[in-house]
Amino acid sequence: MKRDLISITDYSKEDYLRIMELAADFERNPNQRLLEGKVVASLFFEPSTRTRLSFETAINRLGGRIIGFTDSNSSSVTKGETLHDTIKMVSNYADLIVMRHPLEGSARYAAEVSTIPIINAGDGANQHPTQTLLDMYSIQKTQGRLDNINIFMVGDLKYGRTVHSLLMAMSEFENPIFNFIAPEELEMPEEYKIFLRDKGIRYFEHREFTDIISEADIVYMTRVQKERFSDPIEYEQVKNVYILRNSMLANTKPTMRILHPLPRVNEIHTDVDSSEKAYYFQQALNGMYTREAIIAHTLNLK
Amino acid sequence: MSDKITKKLKLKVSAISEGTVIDHIPSENLFKVISILELDKTPNMITFGANLDSGKLDKKAIIKVSHQFFADDDINRIALIAPNAKLNIIKDYEVVEKKIVEVPDRVVGIVKCFNPKCITNNEPVTTSFKVIGKEPLALKCKYCEKITHEHQMVIK
Repeated sequence: MKRDLISITDYSKEDYLRIMELAADFERNPNQRLLEGKVVASLFFEPSTRTRLSFETAINRLGGRIIGFTDSNSSSVTKGETLHDTIKMVSNYADLIVMRHPLEGSARYAAEVSTIPIINAGDGANQHPTQTLLDMYSIQKTQGRLDNINIFMVGDLKYGRTVHSLLMAMSEFENPIFNFIAPEELEMPEEYKIFLRDKGIRYFEHREFTDIISEADIVYMTRVQKERFSDPIEYEQVKNVYILRNSMLANTKPTMRILHPLPRVNEIHTDVDSSEKAYYFQQALNGMYTREAIIAHTLNLK
Repeated sequence: MSDKITKKLKLKVSAISEGTVIDHIPSENLFKVISILELDKTPNMITFGANLDSGKLDKKAIIKVSHQFFADDDINRIALIAPNAKLNIIKDYEVVEKKIVEVPDRVVGIVKCFNPKCITNNEPVTTSFKVIGKEPLALKCKYCEKITHEHQMVIK
């Protein structure tokens, strides 16, 4: 049976740990020609330069060949071809498909249609599991563990798919504590709070973004996006409330690290960048090792 | 014999000798039930009535299908739109078995996903939901993973 990665919950705790182990191995030695003689299809039905370059670099470092397109304007989608037919055709040619698509559920559907494994590189606002795995690898690397982590999630917790997936994944580990800092309009959806309560996991909700982060092991920042607000006045009121500044880091733990899925707008002030607690650029680099690990795990190469 | 005749006289939709009677269908969903059970394609004799007086529902509908019997999985497909439906299995003008419908654990087809950005609303993909709540109904889309609640449900 082929092993797809569509949603973060497709992986078990054992899979997460295996990815952490493999990512560390690829970080020590990024160039391992495990994909020699194999073809990977990189199908980006919408542009995402950051994710695509990370994947394609990972494939290159593994010695694989790449076919595909970088946005749907340069594919037969413009001729009206259905996703079904595109996937059917490509699965004749390649050994693995990495796909990004603007419609939600497109990756799960593609996995049903395809005879070769699919890695979801983002399906609309639904899932982006490789981001979650690289977030986890960043936590593992900076904290030396995935158990007993106190995470503060800040910003758009309602629509932010990265925080939802990270919450689900970290809940598989021992004794996590979640702190949610968000305006009322963007607070963590009830279904995730119910999930945590059912599992007996502690969480706390805050409106103010103050020195409460002194307890944090990880501060996970997200963008507050203007288009999420029906009332532009509400956006103006909250957009500058959830900004992380260097001055707020004074009482935080020395081992605390700041993560952000990027791109950022103004939610992390540039004066934070020089802090040793700023980890978001290394986090992006970890993405490449993690994606090498995911590809190796998907195709059982190691 | 005379007993049977009196019973038949009371019926607004003529009795069948053998087959299935589906009773207590909300009148407004009669044709959706016919379509879900593909009765519009059956060669068997069908009679139906709508807007009949009912104690339970405001106005009920009833369908009688001759010489046809349904598997539980098939009949449960109508549970979303006719949750109080009752089936009578008829042999020789007599009810030999009664069945009620149950909301299944999975719903395939029938319902539209409420999320306009879901792949099932943009390409010819059959919807598929896990039933995560039965009263009120809550359906989790297999594809976009969003939850369609009872008040958002649209039957295809």
